Order: sequence, then C-alpha cells, then structure tokens
Amino acid sequence: MDFFLQLLVNGLSIGFLYGLSAMGFVMIFKSSSVLNFAHGELIAFGAYLFLVLCSWAQLSLPLSFLLTLAGCFLLGFAVERVFLRPLIGEPLIFVIMLTVGLAAMFKGSILLVFGGNLHTYPDFLPPWLGLTWGSVSLQPVYTVTLIIGTAFLILFGLFFKFSSQGIYMRSVADNQRAALSLGVHVKRVFALSWAIAALVAGMSGIVLGIINGVNVHDLSGIGLKVFPVVILGGLDSIGGAIIGGIIIGVLEALTGGYISPSLKDVIPYIVLVFILMVKPYGLFGQVEIERV
Amino acid sequence: MKKLRFHPCGNFRERYEQELTVFETDFGRLWTTLGIVALFALVPFVASPYTLYVINTIGIVAIAAVGLNILIGYTGQISLGHGAFFGVGAYGAAVLATRWDWPLAAAVPAAGLITALVGMVFGLPSSRLKGLYLTIATLAGQFIIEYVLVHWDTVTMGTMGITLPPPSLWGWEIRGDVGFFYLIFPVFILMLWMAVNLMRTKYGRAFVAIRDNDRAAEGMGIAIFPYKLLSFAISSFYAGVAGALFAYYTVSITTEPFNLALSVEYIAMVIIGGMGNMAGAVFGAVFITVLNEILRWGTDMMMNMGIFGSMGLNMAPLREFVFGLAIVIFIIFEPRGLAEVWRIWRSSFRLWPFSY
Repeated sequence: MDFFLQLLVNGLSIGFLYGLSAMGFVMIFKSSSVLNFAHGELIAFGAYLFLVLCSWAQLSLPLSFLLTLAGCFLLGFAVERVFLRPLIGEPLIFVIMLTVGLAAMFKGSILLVFGGNLHTYPDFLPPWLGLTWGSVSLQPVYTVTLIIGTAFLILFGLFFKFSSQGIYMRSVADNQRAALSLGVHVKRVFALSWAIAALVAGMSGIVLGIINGVNVHDLSGIGLKVFPVVILGGLDSIGGAIIGGIIIGVLEALTGGYISPSLKDVIPYIVLVFILMVKPYGLFGQVEIERV
Repeated sequence: MKKLRFHPCGNFRERYEQELTVFETDFGRLWTTLGIVALFALVPFVASPYTLYVINTIGIVAIAAVGLNILIGYTGQISLGHGAFFGVGAYGAAVLATRWDWPLAAAVPAAGLITALVGMVFGLPSSRLKGLYLTIATLAGQFIIEYVLVHWDTVTMGTMGITLPPPSLWGWEIRGDVGFFYLIFPVFILMLWMAVNLMRTKYGRAFVAIRDNDRAAEGMGIAIFPYKLLSFAISSFYAGVAGALFAYYTVSITTEPFNLALSVEYIAMVIIGGMGNMAGAVFGAVFITVLNEILRWGTDMMMNMGIFGSMGLNMAPLREFVFGLAIVIFIIFEPRGLAEVWRIWRSSFRLWPFSY
C-alpha cells in the first residue's frame, strides 16, 4: 500500500509538471490552432538559459529566474515574427511542418553549443519545502511545481476571463475572421500567445532541469510527451492540460512501478491512440461542429 | 509518321484523357526513356563505389519518399510514423529471410504487405480523426512500433540486431554495389511507375478529392474512411519495400535508425521536394541524401583539420540544424518545393526571351 501511495504521489507530481509543460502548448493552439512540435525545444531553451545565467554567469537566483523568463518571452516573440508571420493564411500543414523544422534547428543549435551531456543546477531549494506524511514523501522541487502550476493556472484563468488581451485571444481562437473584422489585432494576439507560451515553457524547463538535470534530449522528449497530455485533456482546454498531465503522470508511475519500467515511456502513446478512437476531442476539448 | 506533340501555346485540352497524360510532350517521353537507359547502361560503370553507394541509398530512400508523398501530398494525411514503417519493412524482410529462409523475391513483397497491414492498423484512427489529431496518432504509432521492435526479443532479437544472408534472385547472386544497383533501381522505377499511374485511376482521384475537401468528397459519394485506409496501406507498402531493400543492402540491421528523426527526414523530403508531385518526392530524396553526405564529408574534414575535433563536434547536431533550416527555408520561400523550382527553371528556357 505504501508503495502504491508513493507511486501515486510521484505520478501526481510528475503529472502536474507535464500539465505545466503542456499549458504553453495549449496556449498556442488555442489562439492560432497550430500544433507546436518545437515545444520541447522551447522548454530546453529555458532550461539552458537558466543554466547559463545561474551557474555559469553566477547571477543571483531571482535575477537569473526573471532574466530567463524575459529571454523566453523574447524568443517566443521573435519566433512568431520571423518564422510564423510569413505563413499567415497558408495551409496548416505548412505551419506544422515549420515547427518540426524549427524543432530540429533549435535542438541542433543547442547541441552544438552545449553538447549532449547532462548539466545540473546548483542545489538551491531549501529542504523544508519537502513534505512527508508517514511513509510517503514529496521532494521540495515537486512542492515548488505544485505552487507554480497552481499559480499559473489561476493566473491564466483570470487572464482569459478578464483581461482585454485574453478576451482578444479567445475571440481569435473562436473565429479568426470575425475577430479581425471587429478590430482585434490578430497578429499581435499570435505574437503574444507565442511569447507567453515560450515563457511558460521556459519555466517548466527550469523546474524539469532541477529534477532531472539539463539534457536537451530528455527535455525535447518532454515536448513530445506533451501530445498525449493535451489530447487527453482536449487540445484547447488549459485546465484539461493539467488534468491530462496528472492522468498521464499517474499512469506512467503505476506502469513503471508494477509492470515494467521500459513500458513507462510508451504507455502514454498507447492510451493516446485509444482515447483518440473513443473521444476524438479529448476529455475537455471543444467538439468542432462542421458545416459544409 | 505520327505527329509529334509539343507544348501548346495555351490550354487546348478538350478531353479528360488529355489531362491525364503522363508525358505532355513527346520530348518528355524521349528524355525519360533516354534517362532510364543512361541510368542502367552508364551509371554503374562510370560511378565510383562511393558514388554508387550514395545513388543506391537515394534509390531506396526515394521509394519510401514516393510512398509518403501518396499519403501526405495526395491524400492530405500527415504521417509522422513513416520511419517506423520503414523499420517494420526492414525487420519483416530480415525475419522472413533468416527464420524461414525466404528468398529475396518473396521476402521483399511480403515485407511490404506486412508493413501495409501495420500501416492500416495505425491508419484506423483516421476513421474519426483528421488533420492535427491524426498527425498525433501517427506520432503515437512511431513510438509504439519503436518499442515493439526493441522489446519483442524473440522475433526482432532486440538491440542485438539481425544479420541477413547474402541475397540471390533466381540464381543470380546479388553482390556489391553494382549488383544492388540492378536490384534497387528496377524496383524503384516499377514502384514509381505504379504510383504515377495510381494517381490516374479512380483511387488516385478519390485521394485527391479527400485532400482538397473531405466533406465535399463525402458528399460526392466517396467513402472517405476506406480510401484513407487504402492510402495508409499503399504508403506503408512503399515504406516496407524500401525498408526491406535497405535491410538487404546494409546486411545487418538494428532498431537504431528507425526513429522519429527518420520520420521527420522523410517528411522533409516530401516537403522540400514538393507535396503532391511524384517527381518532387524523388527530388527531395536526392536532396536530403546528398545533403546528408555533404554534411558528413564536411564534418569529417573539419575533424581531420583538427580545428573542431577538439571541441567534440560531431555531425549529428549540425546535420539536425541544417535539416531544420532546409525545411524552414523551403516552407517560407518555396512551399511547393524543388519540383516547382524545376518547373520554373525549365519554363524559363522554353519562354526565353520572354520569361517572367
């Protein structure tokens, strides 16, 4: 039972992290219906930027954290400006393939600069953040994840509900042409959504880097794991991303603990195929009604 | 004597058959025939062993790229699992050849059929999914197949790999690069011919209709799901045949090369070559394979000069970067790919001095 509980807690905390990583992905899909295959590389970018600022340039922690977020924000903005803006109005397959190309580019350049070795951050989280109930324990970093994730969930919820930019984003997602005709600056909405998505991705990159160390292969692998998560939750639901992440995380932990560790990495995809067959729009996604 | 056909000054087509011709002009037919003759009579004897190796690789890869083009370019279903299907073909042929001693002539088509079945299984989600969601389903297929190839030890020997027996075709021992050239290229031309002609049939037209507007196609009475499934099967069959040839050519196979990067490479070929254009897929295969070799050659040279060798630079990241860059550049500047570049270049000759 203790084993089960520990697995469950591990799964929940990893799942929450998946959900956090997936949030930025959903953000982009929600505003521009683009599947971002470069999401893992955005995560890796954040992690490496933090590595450079924090352990190589020896900046103080809060400063390097803020600078990383700012850097990611700018990267997202630049990516949209340089690569995606020329493609507005082109068929979606080109945009998706562009993100595949971007992913390869980012990964290649990160590998060229940093190599494929594992880097680690200095240990800076205070141990009192770790929680223990009986035999079940929670590492400090997962507590941080929980706090950050919840904060962002609330922040995004409020942002989409009340801020004017959030409302613009929802309107663009709902009907791009109608939003355009009502005076919404669609290009700015796209740029902003990429920037925010890169920011969230960068943050989850930092947290992932604290847990597993910084390695571009692992981090871009997370970017692919985002797919089952968002499909499970529904591609356009931010709350669904968190719930999907938790389900996938628990499933992975239980499979790894009880069946076989090697099946752990594949089980999300197997689940994904079945979910797609039964509920094509995920658990919380909006069903598209097509009219001819 | 029959009247020769040249490029008309405008669109004077009166009947549907005229739209369907493979060769618009008699010169096209002539050049193609001459090209094929030169390919078989000249290339194996002129080319150095290394060049011939590259040419053979292009031939194998082009078969798979043509298959993927049927799926992506003509049916409009993006598949991220083509690399894995290629692997299924390779393992299918290897297992048939080593366990049951099947000859090459049986193992290659059988591997294609096995792969077609696997492809259909992963095409099943297309009954309810389309566009983005289907892409993700094929991504799942890539990972699941990779897992099965590595962990189904009893059949695939896991990470050990399988070594294939030297192939022979009806008593003809296929040996060396020249021997494989005469195996690979007839198969390639046959497969290309089949693909070109497939697109002129009812099936090809149904694929294109589904690509252009699936709802309208359904309204016209095309049963979408069976056709999508058929497209998956045909495309996987091509990947399987290519994989089987690859297995025989490289002699010993492991699960290593059939990863997501390979799938992306195939998509890159289709995009860079030109979607929905048979010649385009071949152009893409040539482009990517040659790019690969140039990058390998370049990084080797840099290593030998000792400038970058000490920095631990290996070719993988640089290759990945250039691949990504090539895809991005083509999508932004020439979404219709090399085939379109070729067409513009050719017509600028034809229209000279009034080319635009």
